[in-house]
Amino acid sequence: MADFQTPALREYPIIPLLHEGTMAHSRPFVAKPEHQASVGFPGELVENWEQKAVDKLGELVSKSRALQVFLDSCVKCGACTDKCHYYLGTEDPKNMPVARQDLLRSVYRRYFTFAGKYFPKLVGARDMTKDVLDEWYTYFHQCSQCRRCSVFCPYGIDTAEISMAARDVMDHVGLGQKYSNEIIGKLHKIGNNLGLPEPALRDTLEGLEEDVKDETGVDVKFPLDVKGADILLITPSADFFAEPHIDGLIGYAKVFHAAGASWTISSYASEAANFSMFIGSHDNLRKVALRIRKAALDLGVKRIIFGECGHAWRVAYSFLNTLAGPFEFLDPKYPVPQHICEYTYDLIQRGKLNFDKSANDNLVVTFHDSCNVSRASRMGDMPGGQFKIPREVIKACVNNFHDMAPDTINESTYCCGGGGGLLTDDLMELRVKGAMPRMQALKEVVDEHGVNHVAAICAICKSQYTKVLPYYKFEMDMIGSVHGLVSKAIRLNPVND
Amino acid sequence: MSVVTVIYAILFYAAALIFVVGVGRKIFIFATTPQPLKIPTTPAPTTRVGVWARMMREVVVFESLFKSNKWIWLFGWLFHMCLFAELAWHLRYFTEPTPLFVTWLHWFTNFTGFGMVAGLLGLWARRLLVDRVRYISGPSDHLMLALLVGIGASGLVMKFIMHTDIVAVKAFFLGLLRFSIQPLPADPALMAHLAMVALLMIVFPVSKLLHAPGVFFSPTRNQVDNPREKRWTRGWSAEYDNTKLDSAE
Repeated sequence: MADFQTPALREYPIIPLLHEGTMAHSRPFVAKPEHQASVGFPGELVENWEQKAVDKLGELVSKSRALQVFLDSCVKCGACTDKCHYYLGTEDPKNMPVARQDLLRSVYRRYFTFAGKYFPKLVGARDMTKDVLDEWYTYFHQCSQCRRCSVFCPYGIDTAEISMAARDVMDHVGLGQKYSNEIIGKLHKIGNNLGLPEPALRDTLEGLEEDVKDETGVDVKFPLDVKGADILLITPSADFFAEPHIDGLIGYAKVFHAAGASWTISSYASEAANFSMFIGSHDNLRKVALRIRKAALDLGVKRIIFGECGHAWRVAYSFLNTLAGPFEFLDPKYPVPQHICEYTYDLIQRGKLNFDKSANDNLVVTFHDSCNVSRASRMGDMPGGQFKIPREVIKACVNNFHDMAPDTINESTYCCGGGGGLLTDDLMELRVKGAMPRMQALKEVVDEHGVNHVAAICAICKSQYTKVLPYYKFEMDMIGSVHGLVSKAIRLNPVND
Repeated sequence: MSVVTVIYAILFYAAALIFVVGVGRKIFIFATTPQPLKIPTTPAPTTRVGVWARMMREVVVFESLFKSNKWIWLFGWLFHMCLFAELAWHLRYFTEPTPLFVTWLHWFTNFTGFGMVAGLLGLWARRLLVDRVRYISGPSDHLMLALLVGIGASGLVMKFIMHTDIVAVKAFFLGLLRFSIQPLPADPALMAHLAMVALLMIVFPVSKLLHAPGVFFSPTRNQVDNPREKRWTRGWSAEYDNTKLDSAE
């Protein structure tokens, strides 16, 4: 399938020995000038870029307590060294979280600390050179910003924050990543990552209505731009087209239908994803988030619900109120925003939904905790609700459920290997190798419990699994949406109160 | 007044000044740098009290490190707890009368010096033997361990082999606090011990020892997980008023 070796799955997971330079060749395509322009960055490497990069780094550190503390506090204890899926899958030491951080920390030290200015060799401080920049581009695009390292760091140092900062510095001197920047540009222009304009979106949704009608005989609506609807659904645009995402969208629509809810999708804010987080760009992050505020105001909705998307839920849960709030114009009875799993779970708790679990009896299901949901957000009232609620929704819809190994789920979940702006074909080797720890854990439940289906609540996870499962000799359609399971099991006659 | 006494008096005044000003400056920077977004590593406490409990678990039992790696936790925790006991025990050189709780440590301090050095040697062994930790260790990481082992070892030498006149040592440090310089015994082990302690104080503000204040300011550990309930704005995120956008168009 490709000119690299898919890592072997073993009987037991191991911590590999270092193999220097195994991923030194990995580089995503560089953004073209027009992609750069669309997100407000220079088109190519600017003059005097070394100084500008250092200045930008200094500015970012002075504006972020996280960066300041993380860059000053690492003691090189080694706790994180075996926690990154990219290290475990590639064995390249620069994919150890601390080593990745040090690519940037070495420059910070050289220009901003006493020890680095006067004793650079002693503390491993480096000048900002072309080699350093190239190394940044290579290895800061081998971090999916999954935050697994930050769980295990005694100081909570989060490599995601550092890789975001590094990408932001690179963008500011004219070295951007094509995949993320092109997509953010499309989102600014049209309203979603796919560049899907309103008529095409309307067409798609009408097609879905017909499909569901054919399948169930019920008129399940997929409303678009309905003013005065109660609920605005913001969902990743992959839900409109990609498999298995679309089954999730059908599931949300059926839940809304069964609940008798008034809801709508917005063509202006037809995207939950916000890749600006991946490139650490605050201006772009805010600009995208404000589309949602505007859509909610224009449509006059009462509440906002997000579909299944990992990083989008982080941006929504953790940042939306900060970036695009306050949301006093929405109904104060509901959190802003809500996750579709919270919504469905609440209906289940209140006995408002009816399920026929046997519709999923051909499946033995496991759940993949998505990183951003697990380690950067919450669902419900209680810490850890982000683990419990999706599982409860699944269990309401299936008879056969088995979790993967405890050290690979919940807060310790392994990234699918495609998050953080790396879900692009030019990084296929990285994606396949980075998926190894997750595939290893999956293999264990496949072998022991006959698991044949993985449910996820992230558009990136779903696309990534579809691509990498075959490399590990699994069926590509093993991956599904949590609301795909809901869609199969839900009975559409409204339940009487 | 011997030359040694004068040199050590100056050394400790300088070291104390550098330590206080340097660490104070860094704490000021940590405290005044805004954290514009909510980034606690979740699941995180949803209340301030919960955050205090989480932080206590981090700094007292090293919760995250325990989850991560039992060897690093064992050596690291042993070292830090013994160091902490020793620091408290050394208060008797700076206080008169000595606070009661310090005297309670008497029994423990038969072991804490050894515990410190054993923990450090364990951590050092990992730096030499585990390929991943060897890869990330720089010269300063080894030198820092050497310095701390030196401090512990010279202390043990004084405690168990070559005793020094601790009454005179106490008089010296109480004297420093009162700006009246008293003679310091010129024992080699004491000279070495004090020189290394002074060096540690001097490098503290410019080294990775900043993890000590740093951990308290780490946003992934000290933020309350309540972004939906309470709108969070700091720094650049506080510079905008979105309600002004609503009527524009």
